[in-house]
Amino acid sequence: MATYSTNEFKGGLKIMLDGDPYTVVENEFVKPGKGQAFNRVKVRNLKTGRVIERTFKSGDTVEGADVVDVELQYLYNDGEYWHFMDPQSFEQVTADAAAVSDAAKWLKEEAICQVTLWNGVPLSVAAPNFVIMTIIETDPGLRGDTSGGGGKPATLETGAVVRVPLFVQSGEVIKVDTRTGEYVSRVKE
Amino acid sequence: MSGYKHPASGILRLRAELLAQIRAFFAAREVLEVETPMLSAAATTDPHLTSFVTAYSGPGPRHAQTLYLHTSPEFPMKRLLAAGSGCIYQIARVFRDGEAGRRHNPEFTLLEWYRVGFDHHQLMQEVTDLVTELLADRLPLAEPEWLSYQDMFERQFGLNPHQATVAQLVIATEKRRISIPPGMPKENVDPWLDLLLTHCIEPGLGQGRLCFVYDYPASQAALARLQPDNPLVGERFELYLNGIELANGFHELGDAVEQRHRFTAENAARQAQGLPVMPIDENLLMALAEGLPDCAGVALGFDRLVMLAAGKETLAEVLAFPFDRA
Repeated sequence: MATYSTNEFKGGLKIMLDGDPYTVVENEFVKPGKGQAFNRVKVRNLKTGRVIERTFKSGDTVEGADVVDVELQYLYNDGEYWHFMDPQSFEQVTADAAAVSDAAKWLKEEAICQVTLWNGVPLSVAAPNFVIMTIIETDPGLRGDTSGGGGKPATLETGAVVRVPLFVQSGEVIKVDTRTGEYVSRVKE
Repeated sequence: MSGYKHPASGILRLRAELLAQIRAFFAAREVLEVETPMLSAAATTDPHLTSFVTAYSGPGPRHAQTLYLHTSPEFPMKRLLAAGSGCIYQIARVFRDGEAGRRHNPEFTLLEWYRVGFDHHQLMQEVTDLVTELLADRLPLAEPEWLSYQDMFERQFGLNPHQATVAQLVIATEKRRISIPPGMPKENVDPWLDLLLTHCIEPGLGQGRLCFVYDYPASQAALARLQPDNPLVGERFELYLNGIELANGFHELGDAVEQRHRFTAENAARQAQGLPVMPIDENLLMALAEGLPDCAGVALGFDRLVMLAAGKETLAEVLAFPFDRA
Protein backbone atom coordinates (compact mmCIF):
# COMPACT_ATOMS: atom_id res chain seq x y z
CA MET A 1 0.00 0.00 0.00
CA ALA A 2 1.14 3.52 -0.70
CA THR A 3 2.38 5.83 2.03
CA TYR A 4 1.25 9.43 2.32
CA SER A 5 3.15 12.44 3.62
CA THR A 6 1.31 14.83 5.93
CA ASN A 7 1.59 17.28 3.03
CA GLU A 8 -0.83 15.04 1.09
CA PHE A 9 -3.38 14.83 3.92
CA LYS A 10 -6.81 16.11 2.99
CA GLY A 11 -10.38 15.29 3.90
CA GLY A 12 -11.32 11.77 2.82
CA LEU A 13 -7.80 10.32 2.62
CA LYS A 14 -7.76 6.79 4.07
CA ILE A 15 -4.83 5.96 6.35
CA MET A 16 -3.79 3.25 8.81
CA LEU A 17 -3.26 4.14 12.48
CA ASP A 18 -2.62 1.55 15.20
CA GLY A 19 -3.82 -1.21 12.88
CA ASP A 20 -7.20 0.41 12.17
CA PRO A 21 -8.37 2.18 9.01
CA TYR A 22 -9.13 5.89 9.40
CA THR A 23 -10.33 8.66 7.15
CA VAL A 24 -8.87 12.17 7.44
CA VAL A 25 -11.51 14.70 8.49
CA GLU A 26 -9.44 17.82 9.04
CA ASN A 27 -5.75 18.73 8.77
CA GLU A 28 -4.23 21.81 10.40
CA PHE A 29 -0.62 22.94 9.90
CA VAL A 30 0.91 24.54 13.02
CA LYS A 31 4.43 25.88 13.42
CA PRO A 32 6.03 27.95 16.14
CA GLY A 33 7.98 31.03 15.01
CA LYS A 34 11.11 28.99 14.67
CA GLY A 35 11.14 25.27 15.14
CA GLN A 36 9.32 22.03 14.54
CA ALA A 37 6.18 22.17 12.39
CA PHE A 38 3.30 19.82 13.16
CA ASN A 39 0.09 18.68 11.52
CA ARG A 40 -2.84 18.42 13.90
CA VAL A 41 -5.14 15.98 12.21
CA LYS A 42 -8.71 14.94 13.01
CA VAL A 43 -9.38 11.40 11.83
CA ARG A 44 -12.44 9.13 11.92
CA ASN A 45 -12.04 5.46 12.76
CA LEU A 46 -13.82 3.64 9.94
CA LYS A 47 -14.67 0.69 12.20
CA THR A 48 -16.10 2.59 15.17
CA GLY A 49 -16.97 5.98 13.65
CA ARG A 50 -15.12 7.72 16.51
CA VAL A 51 -13.26 10.92 15.67
CA ILE A 52 -9.91 11.47 17.38
CA GLU A 53 -7.10 14.00 17.06
CA ARG A 54 -3.58 12.95 16.13
CA THR A 55 -0.43 15.04 15.75
CA PHE A 56 2.35 14.34 13.26
CA LYS A 57 5.65 16.03 12.59
CA SER A 58 5.13 17.80 9.27
CA GLY A 59 6.48 15.85 6.35
CA ASP A 60 6.28 12.47 8.13
CA THR A 61 4.60 9.66 6.27
CA VAL A 62 1.78 7.30 7.18
CA GLU A 63 0.70 4.07 5.54
CA GLY A 64 -2.40 4.35 3.38
CA ALA A 65 -5.41 2.14 4.12
CA ASP A 66 -6.74 -0.09 1.34
CA VAL A 67 -10.28 1.20 1.70
CA VAL A 68 -12.59 1.47 -1.30
CA ASP A 69 -16.28 2.10 -1.82
CA VAL A 70 -17.91 -0.34 -4.25
CA GLU A 71 -21.44 -0.92 -5.51
CA LEU A 72 -22.47 -4.49 -4.69
CA GLN A 73 -25.68 -6.41 -5.05
CA TYR A 74 -27.20 -7.83 -1.88
CA LEU A 75 -27.91 -11.55 -2.28
CA TYR A 76 -29.15 -13.08 0.98
CA ASN A 77 -28.68 -13.43 4.71
CA ASP A 78 -27.73 -16.87 6.04
CA GLY A 79 -28.75 -16.09 9.59
CA GLU A 80 -25.30 -14.83 10.56
CA TYR A 81 -23.75 -13.13 7.54
CA TRP A 82 -24.99 -10.95 4.72
CA HIS A 83 -23.81 -12.00 1.28
CA PHE A 84 -23.07 -9.50 -1.50
CA MET A 85 -21.94 -9.91 -5.09
CA ASP A 86 -20.08 -7.70 -7.53
CA PRO A 87 -22.52 -7.59 -10.49
CA GLN A 88 -19.62 -7.32 -12.97
CA SER A 89 -17.16 -9.93 -11.70
CA PHE A 90 -19.70 -12.08 -9.78
CA GLU A 91 -17.17 -12.13 -6.94
CA GLN A 92 -18.88 -12.52 -3.58
CA VAL A 93 -18.12 -11.05 -0.18
CA THR A 94 -19.74 -11.60 3.21
CA ALA A 95 -20.42 -8.86 5.74
CA ASP A 96 -20.92 -9.36 9.46
CA ALA A 97 -23.50 -7.64 11.66
CA ALA A 98 -21.03 -4.92 12.71
CA ALA A 99 -20.52 -3.90 9.09
CA VAL A 100 -24.17 -4.10 8.06
CA SER A 101 -25.41 -2.48 11.25
CA ASP A 102 -28.53 -0.32 10.72
CA ALA A 103 -28.60 -1.00 7.00
CA ALA A 104 -29.85 -4.54 7.71
CA LYS A 105 -33.50 -3.58 7.99
CA TRP A 106 -33.47 -1.95 4.54
CA LEU A 107 -31.77 -4.78 2.65
CA LYS A 108 -33.96 -6.44 0.07
CA GLU A 109 -32.58 -9.11 -2.19
CA GLU A 110 -30.95 -7.80 -5.37
CA ALA A 111 -30.69 -4.24 -3.99
CA ILE A 112 -27.52 -2.39 -5.07
CA CYS A 113 -25.71 -1.10 -1.97
CA GLN A 114 -22.59 0.94 -1.40
CA VAL A 115 -20.17 -1.28 0.51
CA THR A 116 -16.93 0.05 1.99
CA LEU A 117 -14.24 -2.62 1.70
CA TRP A 118 -11.06 -2.67 3.78
CA ASN A 119 -8.53 -5.15 2.40
CA GLY A 120 -11.45 -6.67 0.50
CA VAL A 121 -13.62 -7.18 3.61
CA PRO A 122 -16.78 -5.10 4.20
CA LEU A 123 -16.30 -2.40 6.84
CA SER A 124 -19.68 -0.82 6.39
CA VAL A 125 -22.77 -1.13 4.21
CA ALA A 126 -25.03 1.71 3.13
CA ALA A 127 -28.49 0.77 1.96
CA PRO A 128 -29.78 2.47 -1.23
CA ASN A 129 -31.11 5.96 -0.40
CA PHE A 130 -34.60 4.92 -1.47
CA VAL A 131 -36.15 1.46 -1.25
CA ILE A 132 -39.48 0.14 -2.54
CA MET A 133 -41.14 -2.32 -0.14
CA THR A 134 -44.42 -4.07 0.51
CA ILE A 135 -46.29 -3.43 3.76
CA ILE A 136 -46.99 -6.72 5.47
CA GLU A 137 -48.86 -5.34 8.43
CA THR A 138 -50.55 -2.09 9.45
CA ASP A 139 -53.78 -1.18 11.23
CA PRO A 140 -56.65 -0.52 8.83
CA GLY A 141 -56.91 3.23 8.44
CA LEU A 142 -60.00 5.34 7.92
CA ARG A 143 -61.25 5.20 4.38
CA GLY A 144 -61.28 8.65 2.82
CA ASP A 145 -58.46 10.03 4.94
CA THR A 146 -55.99 11.39 2.43
CA SER A 147 -54.49 14.13 4.50
CA GLY A 148 -51.46 12.14 5.58
CA GLY A 149 -51.59 13.85 8.95
CA GLY A 150 -51.04 11.75 12.04
CA GLY A 151 -49.99 8.45 10.55
CA LYS A 152 -49.54 4.96 11.94
CA PRO A 153 -46.78 2.36 12.14
CA ALA A 154 -46.41 -0.12 9.28
CA THR A 155 -44.21 -3.20 9.19
CA LEU A 156 -42.42 -3.82 5.91
CA GLU A 157 -41.34 -7.08 4.31
CA THR A 158 -37.82 -6.80 5.78
CA GLY A 159 -39.18 -6.18 9.28
CA ALA A 160 -38.47 -2.44 9.24
CA VAL A 161 -41.18 -0.30 10.80
CA VAL A 162 -42.01 3.10 9.33
CA ARG A 163 -44.76 5.63 9.94
CA VAL A 164 -47.19 5.81 7.05
CA PRO A 165 -50.32 7.94 6.41
CA LEU A 166 -53.60 6.52 7.65
CA PHE A 167 -54.88 5.76 4.13
CA VAL A 168 -52.06 3.37 3.31
CA GLN A 169 -53.05 -0.27 3.70
CA SER A 170 -51.45 -3.70 4.18
CA GLY A 171 -50.26 -5.22 0.92
CA GLU A 172 -49.53 -1.83 -0.63
CA VAL A 173 -46.07 -0.98 -1.95
CA ILE A 174 -44.34 2.15 -0.69
CA LYS A 175 -41.15 4.14 -1.23
CA VAL A 176 -39.02 4.91 1.87
CA ASP A 177 -36.03 7.20 2.35
CA THR A 178 -33.54 4.99 4.24
CA ARG A 179 -31.45 7.95 5.43
CA THR A 180 -34.34 9.33 7.50
CA GLY A 181 -36.47 6.20 7.73
CA GLU A 182 -39.44 8.19 6.43
CA TYR A 183 -42.28 7.25 4.10
CA VAL A 184 -42.09 9.05 0.75
CA SER A 185 -45.03 7.83 -1.34
CA ARG A 186 -47.15 4.94 -2.48
CA VAL A 187 -45.89 3.06 -5.52
CA LYS A 188 -48.36 1.78 -8.10
CA GLU A 189 -47.41 -1.65 -9.34
CA MET B 1 -13.38 32.33 -13.57
CA SER B 2 -12.46 31.63 -9.94
CA GLY B 3 -8.87 32.61 -10.78
CA TYR B 4 -10.07 36.19 -11.03
CA LYS B 5 -11.65 36.23 -7.59
CA HIS B 6 -9.96 38.59 -5.18
CA PRO B 7 -10.84 39.87 -1.73
CA ALA B 8 -13.20 42.79 -1.42
CA SER B 9 -11.49 46.00 -2.43
CA GLY B 10 -11.73 46.95 1.27
CA ILE B 11 -8.97 44.45 2.03
CA LEU B 12 -6.72 45.71 -0.77
CA ARG B 13 -7.25 49.24 0.51
CA LEU B 14 -6.45 48.15 4.08
CA ARG B 15 -3.19 46.54 2.94
CA ALA B 16 -2.21 49.70 1.09
CA GLU B 17 -3.09 51.92 4.06
CA LEU B 18 -1.10 49.79 6.49
CA LEU B 19 1.93 49.79 4.16
CA ALA B 20 1.72 53.58 3.89
CA GLN B 21 1.48 53.88 7.69
CA ILE B 22 4.52 51.63 8.15
CA ARG B 23 6.56 53.76 5.74
CA ALA B 24 5.47 56.96 7.51
CA PHE B 25 6.35 55.44 10.91
CA PHE B 26 9.90 54.63 9.83
CA ALA B 27 10.37 57.86 7.90
CA ALA B 28 9.53 59.79 11.09
CA ARG B 29 12.12 57.75 12.99
CA GLU B 30 14.72 58.11 10.26
CA VAL B 31 14.95 54.41 9.52
CA LEU B 32 15.96 53.88 5.89
CA GLU B 33 13.93 51.66 3.56
CA VAL B 34 16.12 49.21 1.64
CA GLU B 35 15.71 46.38 -0.84
CA THR B 36 18.00 43.37 -1.03
CA PRO B 37 18.12 40.36 -3.39
CA MET B 38 15.45 37.69 -3.10
CA LEU B 39 17.64 35.20 -4.97
CA SER B 40 20.91 34.11 -3.43
CA ALA B 41 23.56 31.46 -3.94
CA ALA B 42 23.48 30.97 -0.15
CA ALA B 43 20.48 29.92 1.91
CA THR B 44 19.30 29.46 5.47
CA THR B 45 20.64 26.36 7.18
CA ASP B 46 17.75 26.23 9.69
CA PRO B 47 16.53 22.61 9.51
CA HIS B 48 12.95 23.82 10.05
CA LEU B 49 12.96 26.07 6.99
CA THR B 50 12.89 24.86 3.40
CA SER B 51 14.05 27.22 0.66
CA PHE B 52 12.59 27.16 -2.82
CA VAL B 53 15.34 26.23 -5.25
CA THR B 54 15.80 27.58 -8.73
CA ALA B 55 18.67 28.07 -11.19
CA TYR B 56 20.11 30.79 -13.38
CA SER B 57 20.92 29.96 -16.98
CA GLY B 58 22.10 33.29 -18.43
CA PRO B 59 25.55 34.79 -18.88
CA GLY B 60 27.90 35.95 -16.15
CA PRO B 61 29.64 34.41 -13.16
CA ARG B 62 26.37 32.96 -11.83
CA HIS B 63 25.87 30.92 -15.01
CA ALA B 64 24.25 27.54 -14.34
CA GLN B 65 24.29 28.17 -10.61
CA THR B 66 21.68 26.91 -8.15
CA LEU B 67 19.94 29.83 -6.48
CA TYR B 68 17.63 29.98 -3.48
CA LEU B 69 14.66 32.26 -2.87
CA HIS B 70 15.20 33.92 0.50
CA THR B 71 13.14 32.86 3.52
CA SER B 72 13.89 36.27 5.09
CA PRO B 73 16.07 39.24 4.05
CA GLU B 74 18.16 38.91 7.23
CA PHE B 75 21.57 38.03 5.80
CA PRO B 76 21.91 40.80 3.19
CA MET B 77 20.40 43.34 5.61
CA LYS B 78 23.11 42.49 8.13
CA ARG B 79 25.70 42.96 5.40
CA LEU B 80 24.29 46.47 4.90
CA LEU B 81 24.45 47.13 8.64
CA ALA B 82 28.08 45.95 8.77
CA ALA B 83 28.81 48.27 5.85
CA GLY B 84 27.52 51.21 7.90
CA SER B 85 23.95 51.64 6.61
CA GLY B 86 22.61 52.65 10.02
CA CYS B 87 19.02 51.71 10.96
CA ILE B 88 17.19 50.06 8.06
CA TYR B 89 13.88 48.40 7.25
CA GLN B 90 12.52 46.34 4.38
CA ILE B 91 9.10 45.20 3.26
CA ALA B 92 9.95 41.98 1.46
CA ARG B 93 8.17 39.10 -0.17
CA VAL B 94 9.69 35.92 1.26
CA PHE B 95 9.29 32.27 0.33
CA ARG B 96 9.08 29.13 2.46
CA ASP B 97 8.50 25.78 0.87
CA GLY B 98 6.24 23.33 2.70
CA GLU B 99 4.35 25.90 4.78
CA ALA B 100 0.67 26.17 3.97
CA GLY B 101 -2.39 26.41 6.18
CA ARG B 102 -4.85 28.86 7.64
CA ARG B 103 -2.00 30.99 9.00
CA HIS B 104 0.69 30.09 6.47
CA ASN B 105 1.11 30.90 2.79
CA PRO B 106 4.32 29.68 1.10
CA GLU B 107 4.90 33.24 -0.16
CA PHE B 108 4.25 36.14 2.21
CA THR B 109 5.26 39.65 3.17
CA LEU B 110 7.74 40.27 5.96
CA LEU B 111 8.40 43.64 7.50
CA GLU B 112 11.93 43.36 8.81
CA TRP B 113 13.87 46.10 10.55
CA TYR B 114 17.12 46.67 12.42
CA ARG B 115 17.91 49.27 15.05
CA VAL B 116 21.52 50.07 15.71
CA GLY B 117 22.27 50.49 19.42
CA PHE B 118 19.03 48.80 20.53
CA ASP B 119 18.84 45.63 22.58
CA HIS B 120 15.85 43.30 22.25
CA HIS B 121 13.95 45.01 25.07
CA GLN B 122 14.18 48.41 23.39
CA LEU B 123 13.11 46.86 20.12
CA MET B 124 10.10 45.19 21.74
CA GLN B 125 9.04 48.67 22.86
CA GLU B 126 9.30 49.95 19.29
CA VAL B 127 7.33 46.94 18.00
CA THR B 128 4.64 47.85 20.54
CA ASP B 129 4.58 51.45 19.28
CA LEU B 130 4.28 50.39 15.65
CA VAL B 131 1.67 47.65 16.05
CA THR B 132 -0.40 49.76 18.44
CA GLU B 133 -0.41 52.58 15.90
CA LEU B 134 -1.30 50.26 13.02
CA LEU B 135 -4.16 48.60 14.89
CA ALA B 136 -5.56 51.80 16.43
CA ASP B 137 -9.26 52.13 15.49
CA ARG B 138 -9.07 48.66 13.94
CA LEU B 139 -8.59 46.25 16.84
CA PRO B 140 -8.89 47.41 20.46
CA LEU B 141 -5.90 46.34 22.54
CA ALA B 142 -5.40 46.07 26.30
CA GLU B 143 -1.99 46.86 27.84
CA PRO B 144 0.80 44.62 26.47
CA GLU B 145 1.97 41.58 28.39
CA TRP B 146 5.62 40.60 28.85
CA LEU B 147 6.49 37.02 29.59
CA SER B 148 9.81 35.21 29.59
CA TYR B 149 9.87 31.80 27.91
CA GLN B 150 10.63 30.37 31.33
CA ASP B 151 7.64 32.13 32.99
CA MET B 152 5.40 30.88 30.23
CA PHE B 153 6.31 27.20 30.76
CA GLU B 154 6.35 27.50 34.55
CA ARG B 155 2.91 29.07 34.53
CA GLN B 156 1.40 26.35 32.31
CA PHE B 157 3.29 23.22 33.30
CA GLY B 158 5.30 24.04 36.45
CA LEU B 159 8.45 23.21 34.47
CA ASN B 160 11.64 25.18 33.91
CA PRO B 161 12.17 24.82 30.13
CA HIS B 162 15.90 25.49 30.45
CA GLN B 163 16.35 22.47 32.72
CA ALA B 164 13.46 20.14 31.85
CA THR B 165 14.30 16.65 30.61
CA VAL B 166 12.58 14.85 27.73
CA ALA B 167 10.99 12.50 30.30
CA GLN B 168 9.39 15.45 32.16
CA LEU B 169 8.15 16.96 28.91
CA VAL B 170 6.64 13.62 27.84
CA ILE B 171 4.69 13.52 31.11
CA ALA B 172 3.46 17.10 30.60
CA THR B 173 2.39 16.16 27.05
CA GLU B 174 0.52 13.07 28.23
CA LYS B 175 -1.20 15.01 31.02
CA ARG B 176 -2.62 17.36 28.41
CA ARG B 177 -3.80 14.38 26.34
CA ILE B 178 -1.83 15.49 23.29
CA SER B 179 -1.19 12.62 20.91
CA ILE B 180 2.56 12.15 20.69
CA PRO B 181 3.76 12.28 17.08
CA PRO B 182 5.70 9.23 15.90
CA GLY B 183 9.46 9.69 15.71
CA MET B 184 9.89 12.31 18.44
CA PRO B 185 13.53 12.37 19.59
CA LYS B 186 14.58 10.99 22.97
CA GLU B 187 17.59 13.26 23.46
CA ASN B 188 16.47 16.64 22.08
CA VAL B 189 14.03 18.67 24.20
CA ASP B 190 13.26 21.34 21.58
CA PRO B 191 10.65 19.44 19.52
CA TRP B 192 8.87 18.59 22.80
CA LEU B 193 8.90 22.24 23.86
CA ASP B 194 7.56 23.13 20.39
CA LEU B 195 4.81 20.50 20.73
CA LEU B 196 3.63 21.91 24.07
CA LEU B 197 3.99 25.46 22.79
CA THR B 198 1.93 24.97 19.62
CA HIS B 199 -0.76 22.80 21.21
CA CYS B 200 -1.22 24.24 24.70
CA ILE B 201 0.33 27.69 24.99
CA GLU B 202 0.22 29.59 21.70
CA PRO B 203 -3.58 29.56 21.19
CA GLY B 204 -4.03 31.42 24.49
CA LEU B 205 -1.21 33.97 24.10
CA GLY B 206 -2.03 37.66 23.71
CA GLN B 207 -5.83 37.45 23.86
CA GLY B 208 -6.89 41.03 23.16
CA ARG B 209 -3.40 42.35 23.83
CA LEU B 210 0.13 42.17 22.53
CA CYS B 211 2.08 39.44 24.31
CA PHE B 212 5.86 39.40 24.10
CA VAL B 213 7.67 36.20 24.94
CA TYR B 214 11.41 36.72 25.42
CA ASP B 215 14.63 34.97 26.42
CA TYR B 216 14.39 31.66 24.57
CA PRO B 217 16.46 28.54 25.30
CA ALA B 218 19.96 28.87 23.82
CA SER B 219 19.19 25.90 21.54
CA GLN B 220 16.41 28.03 19.97
CA ALA B 221 18.41 31.26 19.86
CA ALA B 222 18.69 31.06 16.05
CA LEU B 223 20.54 34.28 15.18
CA ALA B 224 20.31 35.88 18.62
CA ARG B 225 23.22 36.43 20.98
CA LEU B 226 23.25 34.56 24.28
CA GLN B 227 22.82 36.38 27.57
CA PRO B 228 26.29 37.40 28.76
CA ASP B 229 25.61 36.18 32.33
CA ASN B 230 23.46 33.17 31.39
CA PRO B 231 24.49 31.21 28.29
CA LEU B 232 21.41 28.95 28.67
CA VAL B 233 19.30 31.83 27.37
CA GLY B 234 19.22 33.48 23.95
CA GLU B 235 18.17 37.13 23.59
CA ARG B 236 15.32 36.37 21.24
CA PHE B 237 11.66 37.39 21.43
CA GLU B 238 8.36 36.60 19.79
CA LEU B 239 5.19 38.68 19.60
CA TYR B 240 1.74 37.09 19.80
CA LEU B 241 -1.70 38.63 19.37
CA ASN B 242 -4.94 36.65 19.73
CA GLY B 243 -2.94 33.41 19.72
CA ILE B 244 -1.21 34.26 16.46
CA GLU B 245 2.54 34.61 16.17
CA LEU B 246 3.20 38.01 14.60
CA ALA B 247 6.91 38.74 14.95
CA ASN B 248 10.27 37.27 15.86
CA GLY B 249 13.23 39.37 16.97
CA PHE B 250 16.82 39.09 18.12
CA HIS B 251 19.46 41.04 19.92
CA GLU B 252 21.65 40.18 16.97
CA LEU B 253 24.60 37.85 17.17
CA GLY B 254 27.64 39.68 15.82
CA ASP B 255 30.27 37.02 16.46
CA ALA B 256 31.38 35.54 13.12
CA VAL B 257 33.00 32.49 14.72
CA GLU B 258 29.93 31.66 16.78
CA GLN B 259 27.70 32.27 13.74
CA ARG B 260 29.76 29.86 11.59
CA HIS B 261 29.56 27.31 14.38
CA ARG B 262 25.73 27.59 14.44
CA PHE B 263 25.44 27.29 10.64
CA THR B 264 27.68 24.21 10.69
CA ALA B 265 25.71 22.65 13.54
CA GLU B 266 22.43 23.26 11.68
CA ASN B 267 23.82 21.68 8.54
CA ALA B 268 24.93 18.68 10.61
CA ALA B 269 21.37 18.42 11.99
CA ARG B 270 20.07 18.61 8.41
CA GLN B 271 22.37 15.80 7.37
CA ALA B 272 21.26 13.67 10.34
CA GLN B 273 17.62 14.17 9.32
CA GLY B 274 18.29 13.34 5.69
CA LEU B 275 17.73 16.95 4.59
CA PRO B 276 19.93 18.68 2.01
CA VAL B 277 22.93 20.57 3.37
CA MET B 278 22.64 24.26 2.42
CA PRO B 279 25.41 26.59 1.21
CA ILE B 280 26.46 28.82 4.11
CA ASP B 281 26.36 32.58 3.46
CA GLU B 282 30.10 33.38 3.43
CA ASN B 283 29.33 37.00 2.55
CA LEU B 284 27.43 37.36 5.81
CA LEU B 285 30.23 35.74 7.81
CA MET B 286 32.76 38.07 6.18
CA ALA B 287 30.59 41.07 7.06
CA LEU B 288 30.25 39.88 10.68
CA ALA B 289 34.02 39.42 10.86
CA GLU B 290 34.45 43.01 9.74
CA GLY B 291 32.09 44.07 12.49
CA LEU B 292 28.32 44.23 12.89
CA PRO B 293 27.25 47.26 14.92
CA ASP B 294 25.47 46.34 18.14
CA CYS B 295 21.86 46.07 17.01
CA ALA B 296 18.52 44.36 17.40
CA GLY B 297 16.31 43.22 14.54
CA VAL B 298 12.78 41.90 14.11
CA ALA B 299 10.66 40.36 11.35
CA LEU B 300 6.90 40.89 11.44
CA GLY B 301 4.41 38.91 9.35
CA PHE B 302 2.58 41.66 7.50
CA ASP B 303 -0.22 39.45 6.13
CA ARG B 304 -1.07 38.19 9.61
CA LEU B 305 -1.21 41.77 10.83
CA VAL B 306 -3.64 42.61 8.01
CA MET B 307 -5.67 39.52 8.93
CA LEU B 308 -5.95 40.70 12.56
CA ALA B 309 -6.69 44.30 11.54
CA ALA B 310 -9.44 43.06 9.22
CA GLY B 311 -10.90 40.66 11.79
CA LYS B 312 -10.36 37.69 9.45
CA GLU B 313 -9.48 34.11 10.38
CA THR B 314 -7.30 33.03 7.48
CA LEU B 315 -4.46 34.51 5.46
CA ALA B 316 -6.24 33.54 2.25
CA GLU B 317 -8.87 36.18 3.02
CA VAL B 318 -6.35 39.03 3.00
CA LEU B 319 -4.14 38.07 0.05
CA ALA B 320 -4.95 39.33 -3.45
CA PHE B 321 -4.53 35.74 -4.61
CA PRO B 322 -3.64 32.94 -2.18
CA PHE B 323 -1.13 30.26 -3.14
CA ASP B 324 -3.63 27.75 -4.54
CA ARG B 325 -4.87 30.38 -6.99
CA ALA B 326 -1.53 32.08 -7.63
